[in-house]
Amino acid sequence: MSDSIDLIVKLIPLFPLMAVIVNGLFGHRYSHDLAHRFAWGSVLMSFLCVLAVFTETLRTGAAREVVAYKWIFGGDLTINLAYLIDPLTCIMLLVITGVGFLIHVYSVGYMHGESGFTRFFVYMNLFMVSMLLLVMGNNYVVLFIGWEGVGLCSYLLIGYYYDKVSAAKAATKAFVVNRIGDAGFLLAIFLVFVNFRTLDYTQVMQNAAQLSPEMATAIALCLLIGAVGKSAQLPLYTWLPDAMEGPTPVSALIHAATMVTAGVYMIVRNHAIFDLSPTAMTTVAWIGGLTALFAATIGLVQTDIKRVLAYSTVSQLGYMFLGCGLGAYTAAVFHLMTHAFFKALLFLSAGSVIHALSGEQDIRKMGALKSKIPWTHTLFLIGTIAIAGIPPLAGFWSKDEIMGHAFVHHHYVLYGMAAVGAFLTSFYMFRLTYLTFYGTSRLDHHTAEHVHESPMVMIGPLVVLASLSVIGGFPGVPPENGWFHHFLHSVAGVAGEEHATAPALMLGLMGTATVIALLGWGLAHYFYSGPSSAADALAARMPGVYTTLLNKYFVDELYDRLFVEPTKQIGRLCDWFDRTIIDGLVRSIDRGTDASSAAITWTEKHVVYAGLNIIGYANHLLARSWRRLQTGMVHQYAAIIVAGLFILVHLILLIWTGSGSNGYLSR
Amino acid sequence: MTFPLQDLLTILPELIVIGTACLILALDPILEATKKDVLAWLTLGALAMCIGLTSSQMTGRVSAFSGMVVIDAYAAFWKLLLYIVTGLTVLLSLAYLKAERLSIGEYYGFILLALAGMMVMVSGADLLTIYLGTELMSLSLYVMAGLKRTEARSLEASAKYFVLGAFSSGVLLYGISLLFGLAGSTGLSAIAAAITAHGTGDPLLSLALVLLAVGFGFKMAVVPFHMWTPDVYQGAPTSVTAFMAVASKAASFGAFLRVFVEGLGAASADWSVLFTVVCLATLALGNLVAIVQTNIKRMLAYSSIAHAGYALIGVVVAGGHSGEGASTGFASVLLYIAIYSFMTLGAFALVGMLRKEGQESDQIEDYAGLAKREPLAAFFMLVFLVSLAGIPPTAGFIGKFYIFMAAVNGGMTWLAIVAVIFAAISAFYYLRIVMVMYMREAEGSIATHSRLETSPALSLVLACALAGVVLLGLFPNGLWSLASQAAPLLK
Amino acid sequence: MAVPLSYYLILSGFVFLTGVVGVLIRRNIIVILLSVELMLNATNINFVAFSEYFHNVAGQVFVFFALTVAAAEVAVGLAIIIALHRAHSSIYIDDLNLLKR
Repeated sequence: MSDSIDLIVKLIPLFPLMAVIVNGLFGHRYSHDLAHRFAWGSVLMSFLCVLAVFTETLRTGAAREVVAYKWIFGGDLTINLAYLIDPLTCIMLLVITGVGFLIHVYSVGYMHGESGFTRFFVYMNLFMVSMLLLVMGNNYVVLFIGWEGVGLCSYLLIGYYYDKVSAAKAATKAFVVNRIGDAGFLLAIFLVFVNFRTLDYTQVMQNAAQLSPEMATAIALCLLIGAVGKSAQLPLYTWLPDAMEGPTPVSALIHAATMVTAGVYMIVRNHAIFDLSPTAMTTVAWIGGLTALFAATIGLVQTDIKRVLAYSTVSQLGYMFLGCGLGAYTAAVFHLMTHAFFKALLFLSAGSVIHALSGEQDIRKMGALKSKIPWTHTLFLIGTIAIAGIPPLAGFWSKDEIMGHAFVHHHYVLYGMAAVGAFLTSFYMFRLTYLTFYGTSRLDHHTAEHVHESPMVMIGPLVVLASLSVIGGFPGVPPENGWFHHFLHSVAGVAGEEHATAPALMLGLMGTATVIALLGWGLAHYFYSGPSSAADALAARMPGVYTTLLNKYFVDELYDRLFVEPTKQIGRLCDWFDRTIIDGLVRSIDRGTDASSAAITWTEKHVVYAGLNIIGYANHLLARSWRRLQTGMVHQYAAIIVAGLFILVHLILLIWTGSGSNGYLSR
Repeated sequence: MTFPLQDLLTILPELIVIGTACLILALDPILEATKKDVLAWLTLGALAMCIGLTSSQMTGRVSAFSGMVVIDAYAAFWKLLLYIVTGLTVLLSLAYLKAERLSIGEYYGFILLALAGMMVMVSGADLLTIYLGTELMSLSLYVMAGLKRTEARSLEASAKYFVLGAFSSGVLLYGISLLFGLAGSTGLSAIAAAITAHGTGDPLLSLALVLLAVGFGFKMAVVPFHMWTPDVYQGAPTSVTAFMAVASKAASFGAFLRVFVEGLGAASADWSVLFTVVCLATLALGNLVAIVQTNIKRMLAYSSIAHAGYALIGVVVAGGHSGEGASTGFASVLLYIAIYSFMTLGAFALVGMLRKEGQESDQIEDYAGLAKREPLAAFFMLVFLVSLAGIPPTAGFIGKFYIFMAAVNGGMTWLAIVAVIFAAISAFYYLRIVMVMYMREAEGSIATHSRLETSPALSLVLACALAGVVLLGLFPNGLWSLASQAAPLLK
Repeated sequence: MAVPLSYYLILSGFVFLTGVVGVLIRRNIIVILLSVELMLNATNINFVAFSEYFHNVAGQVFVFFALTVAAAEVAVGLAIIIALHRAHSSIYIDDLNLLKR
């Protein structure tokens, strides 16, 4: 029994990998129909395997380690490609393969007729492999492989529409920003190894208590840098909205449901280290809280349907970080799961809208679509209600639990930020819904004629996701004591859970959260439900605020100025240095220091030519040689070698302690 | 004067290589132009024999010619690597010379002569033999760089390489002469003994150290002795560039480590500081300047400079330690250079064979839309670039992983941080090419688009390089155990 | 021994620097080549001087090798210069400027 489960665990990432290989090598030989069947079929197989593994974990409740093969070993370093299956991994696997499967099916309809159809599914499956490795690995290196792998696939998929220059730029931006985070992560891995002499989670977590607080803080902060990059938190969030250049299923799968939650997963996985460092925990909580609020304010005024959802993703990830920072790891994972359901639903329904409108994404050119695409409307509305936090839909339970933690543990400022964020979330999501589906039609004539409901292959997965968005919160009911909490207790049950919250306070907080969400809805209804110009009037009254928000606080421009341009400038500078600096150097010597010039000319005059007995020409040649000194690249190169030689001599004389030689030549 | 037969047997691989080179030079004039391929197969045959011979020399430490030459696992490691990359270069050249319509038989002779020089470099235990090896390698490479006799760029590269190379070997030789003055011998063990006996405080020793560092720094192309690299790599025929970027760098690292560890190991406190500065400068300049290049050969040249910087991290770390820490550091250098060889050779092979209108297309712009025209070539390039950027699970990641791990283990976490940041920056310029290949449409008419000129030999080169990059990424243990067997022999 | 070792060393340093300066400032490749030869000869002075000082013949052996290498270098160098002259009609080093960007 145990052996067969081990085999099933090994099969989980193998199915999509086989699809990658088959479709990648032979995909151009057969029809698209076969290609997409391999693609979603493989994910379905993985999902079935995950179900089996999940049932087994549910039954035994024990963690299981499966070694697939020995990878790097030698000295005291051993790294296996090995999997750790525990309740946390199970939840992640269910979300990834379940939601992933639905999105694969949806993509069959959405990507129909696109060029590079097979290529799309190859990348998607490759993404699934990486993401599965990421959450299944039993050590940091496997996690890192998945981590880089999902980054690479995200890069390839954002740039899928490669005829769009903006897509290519967004792809590069996403990758480079992620690499900055990855650098932090890699450092954390090395620090872990230096301290524990192993990279396996099990051993690291068992021995985590031995860490000094400073080292725990250092490791946790390095990990946090990685998490912040991958999960698009302040200050590295700017790539995610741009990543919306990719096809919509990609946004749903990678940039909402799975990859971006990897940072949260990583923090929860390492919570034993984070728990040791109050500094790191506070940082996580504040990054989360600030991001939740900050991204929500930008979401208020965006006009691209996918960008609004992107900022909402950033904001919701902020809630998860907030939960982690407060020690409410179970709540964070719970929100991760419900968010995967309703955000995938929202993105895919948005995709359905875009599909219906032949590619239009600007909500100012939508409106009154309710009757034309009724299915999409209903589904989108369910997603909106779920994310806004109106009971009893999924988003309410998980978000409320995180906010409740903040309040109960006396983090009132963070609670306030989260509450305002929740209000704004409700407002901008209903604004989006009203502008898209209600009011007057602002479609241009041509588009309006072609509006059509999406095919069943797209609506089907949406219905499943909508059901999950409705019921997905119930495993976590009652708060802090639901099935979900008991299941995850062994891996994420810590800090603050002994704090049984008084029922009255709990109900009060729930009530407040509901009121906040309803207020947001009400305000959106007031502004956007009818042909009212109240919103424009408000924007006109506060032009400064409006412009700042519309331009996303000018953060992109700021980063461009602060980092991108300087790096390029430094590159150019070094290049220029490489080409011409000696020229300038020589010229400045020419102008400035007569001494050195005199020395060189003196050498030339008195040594070279004296020796060669052509002193008569010296004056004449002297003038010319100076001019020559300023030209000729080979001279520059040789001069740089000599300059380097001098620098090194100086350096070695600096470090030379003068310990005294015992007379090398005194024999 | 007689040499014991045993000594001659010890250097049998070198003798075979030189003998084959002479045979090729003799056969070249009497062969018809169409049958020059025979010479390439002859070369490969000689290499195969050498692989067999050197594999049997993996254990023990044999000195020959009164300690001038030493054969040990360290030398064998480099030699095996050199045979493999030389073999791949020969295969690449088969395809490349045809595409360039060059039928020059002595080319293979020069490759073998350069290889012989490199072999002497890595197994020399005396500065004299190492110097002779270096010169034999360099002289052959000067000629090879100027092989396209009708093309001004090629000759220019050759002339620049020659002038600067001769200059740097003058510097190297002067350093050797000072060391001879200090130690009374040019044998590495005698030098080591003298330094141990007399201490490291002599300014003359410091000067010698610096002069040697400059000489080897030039061959390894580290900043600030790297200036020739972009020009020469760009101008030389691409098969020669690949050979220079890979084999000559590997051999230079091999000789450099041997000299600085076996000979000057006692002064490692001095030179490790020296190379820390050189390493930082190399990492910074190599990675930053690569960003703004528009010619892919120049970009790869700066990339190869940057990779020398990563390898130097291992040297610096090992220099600051003794025993286990040091040998792990050196082993990571060996591993890194071996892995670097495969990915760089693969990238250059593609660059050389992507051609339009009979010319190499070496502008990055020429790669636009390659994924559509040549999906397989674009995929190969993708793998090589991803590996160069150090993204798992490719071999490039393994190399960087061991180097950084050695740095952190050796207590130089700050150096690892700097290197990790530069590795993150490097993704930018490697992926720019991926972006151009995959996400940009080619402009102009189809006739002006670059295409891959395929041939069986090229396919074999690419397959080997790809296999190296992928398999060494998935199964690094074999190579790592070879490297860690070889490294501690440096004493 | 009449002449102290240091005299030789100073002479050799002087010759070496002359060679370096020559490489740095001369335009004609042949002259640069000659300057490199000066550097090598400076080395040879060192070797012979040390050899005499230590009564160790190894230094003089090294000189023979260095001379041979220098000769080989000149042979290769002149060949390159001739080819260069055919292509560029110039052997001035600053006319070598095709390889940039």
